[in-house]
Amino acid sequence: MSDSRAAILARLSKSLAHEAAAEAPEIVQRIEAHVRGPQPQWEASPRERFLNKLEKVVGTWAEVASKENIAQAVADYLAAQNLAKSLAVAPHPLLDSVDWPAGFRAERRRAVGEDRVSLAVAFCAIAETGSLVLLAGPDSPTTLNFLPDDFLCVLPTNRIVPRMEDAWALLREERGTMPRATNIVTGPSRTADVEQTIHLGAHGPRRLHVLLLQGGA
Amino acid sequence: MKPTSHAFSNNAHRALHDKTLQQALAKAGVGFVDKRRAAIDGLPEFQALRQAGKRIKDHTLANLDHYLLRFEAQVQASGGQVHWAETPEQACVAVLDICRNANAKMVAKGKSMVGEEIAVNDALEAAGFEVVETDLGEYIIQIAHEPPSHIIAPAVHKTRGQIAELFEKLHHQPGLTRPLETVPQIVDEARQVLREKFLASDVGITGANFLIAETGSTVIVTNEGNGDLSATLPRVHIVLASIEKVVPNLEDAAVLLRLLARSATGQEITSYTTFFTGPRRADDPDGPEQFHVVLVDNGRSRMLGGDYHEMLRCIRCGACLNHCPVYSAVGGHAYGWVYPGPMGAVLTPLMVGLQEGRPLPNASTLCGRCEEVCPMSIPLPRMLREHRRQEFARRLTPPRARWALAAWAYFARRPELYRQASRIAIKLLNLLAGGNGRFRSMLFAQAWTAARDLPAPQGDTFMAQWKQRRKP
Ligand code: SF4
Repeated sequence: MSDSRAAILARLSKSLAHEAAAEAPEIVQRIEAHVRGPQPQWEASPRERFLNKLEKVVGTWAEVASKENIAQAVADYLAAQNLAKSLAVAPHPLLDSVDWPAGFRAERRRAVGEDRVSLAVAFCAIAETGSLVLLAGPDSPTTLNFLPDDFLCVLPTNRIVPRMEDAWALLREERGTMPRATNIVTGPSRTADVEQTIHLGAHGPRRLHVLLLQGGA
Repeated sequence: MKPTSHAFSNNAHRALHDKTLQQALAKAGVGFVDKRRAAIDGLPEFQALRQAGKRIKDHTLANLDHYLLRFEAQVQASGGQVHWAETPEQACVAVLDICRNANAKMVAKGKSMVGEEIAVNDALEAAGFEVVETDLGEYIIQIAHEPPSHIIAPAVHKTRGQIAELFEKLHHQPGLTRPLETVPQIVDEARQVLREKFLASDVGITGANFLIAETGSTVIVTNEGNGDLSATLPRVHIVLASIEKVVPNLEDAAVLLRLLARSATGQEITSYTTFFTGPRRADDPDGPEQFHVVLVDNGRSRMLGGDYHEMLRCIRCGACLNHCPVYSAVGGHAYGWVYPGPMGAVLTPLMVGLQEGRPLPNASTLCGRCEEVCPMSIPLPRMLREHRRQEFARRLTPPRARWALAAWAYFARRPELYRQASRIAIKLLNLLAGGNGRFRSMLFAQAWTAARDLPAPQGDTFMAQWKQRRKP
């Protein structure tokens, strides 16, 4: 295998007429400059743009006045969808103080195959495309984003950034490194593989519901 | 997969007479074209992004060795491993070794065109592993034992009825019948069947749309979420990626992602865009314990700096397929290998040999629509012509065509002779056509006259008419 590595690199370097180097100064400089490409422009506020785009991809949302109201907002959603009061909840600090009403089974863990509903907290959101950004970690198990039929996600309003590049800046500033998985989620799962007809809920969630938390975390 | 590109003419003939295929193609074509148009009209910055995207790829290719080393170092720094493969065989060996070392039985696969290129499913099955394609389109063609017919929509050639029939045969035990008439019923059926497979798999294999040198991340874009489940639930995650997929940093990926989804499906972004970086961390509650990237060359390092260098900018969006009059008429299978349409007609001869892929560059009108819609501004028609030139130079062109071309070249280099000869030819043809002005059938032109008449030339040669008009 190391032979093929050497052979491939030798062919590349020969045709490029230089020595291959992971630390080539111009390359390191180019990477670290983080220069942005052309930035799409629009009029609306990040919040307006985000909600508008979220609705376009058939995501739903509800306003939540404060952390104390998260349980109620989840209960309202489950009642409206006629779902059992049982869900897998991300071990995220923002959800530590949520006081689940009697009769609720809210387990703080990753998702498993049987889970119908999950609740997580977004790292941030991208207004341009109506996307949520979730970072894998102890407080945000990736399985919650993909396994259940209904994925509920708390998004503090002050975490809506305009574009993907702003999300990268935030990630570098607050985390420094990439987590195992960085999920940019835009609406529920969908497929058009049968006769180009769009159907929601292919393998991932059938529904995506955003709880827009006022004021922020 | 054994290529049948040499038989393009027969393949195409069959495809044109396949009524079901023609229905499926008619349904798909317009949809892709209209959606892309609308998405691009909705983004005034698209052309600027297109130029920026081309610059990013040109820069990366000019430093490809540096960026690959940088990417490798970053994958290792995040706890993953990189395997380099010059050939499809080496790539399959790398995958098999990883699976064996992990004591795997079942492998869940996300969509990967490089996976098709190296025929990894065949290799895994031959070695006794169970492989399940999890992208719905890929799953459909897997159980139909067919190759993909489109790089974005692999089962675009199948109708709902055909899919229902396949599911009926494979999934339904006696006494257990779920209705399979509507699209939601079919999708739900696949969801249930494949959910079990995801949960039981030991290894997940995905492709990569981009590799990020800055962070050692691999990027996939999907709408179904199957790639993410394949990369999250099994114990081991293997990424199959070709070497030209690397870009410098996350900002570059943002530019290319804006181009990719719009050009492919007319979406602004797909439902899921995911950056994978290494295996699960010590305190992660889920995710694979191992993360491997298999870097596949398969002829790409030889393309660098040569006549087909610019093809390495391709981001596999499929726009050139959707806008190609030939692809739209015959579908993907006629091309006889993994990559169809204009991009396939350029890549196939490079990957399976010009001898085998020879008909593909010739099956083009060179109308130029592919280059026009290509988000990476790849000069596809120029490269198709280059293949034809090399085909002629290497004497692979059939004798009759060679003689005809040689004869034409002889006259074309002698203008006076050419004019005289065409004069005579026009007179002769007019005479032969009688008063009709057209031929119903003609020797050496049967392929043309079988479907339509050949008009006889009218009047005199162009040069003669030109001289006539310029006379005061
Ligand atoms: S050649 Fe261009 S249009 Fe065709 S798949 Fe590649 S990037 Fe897309």
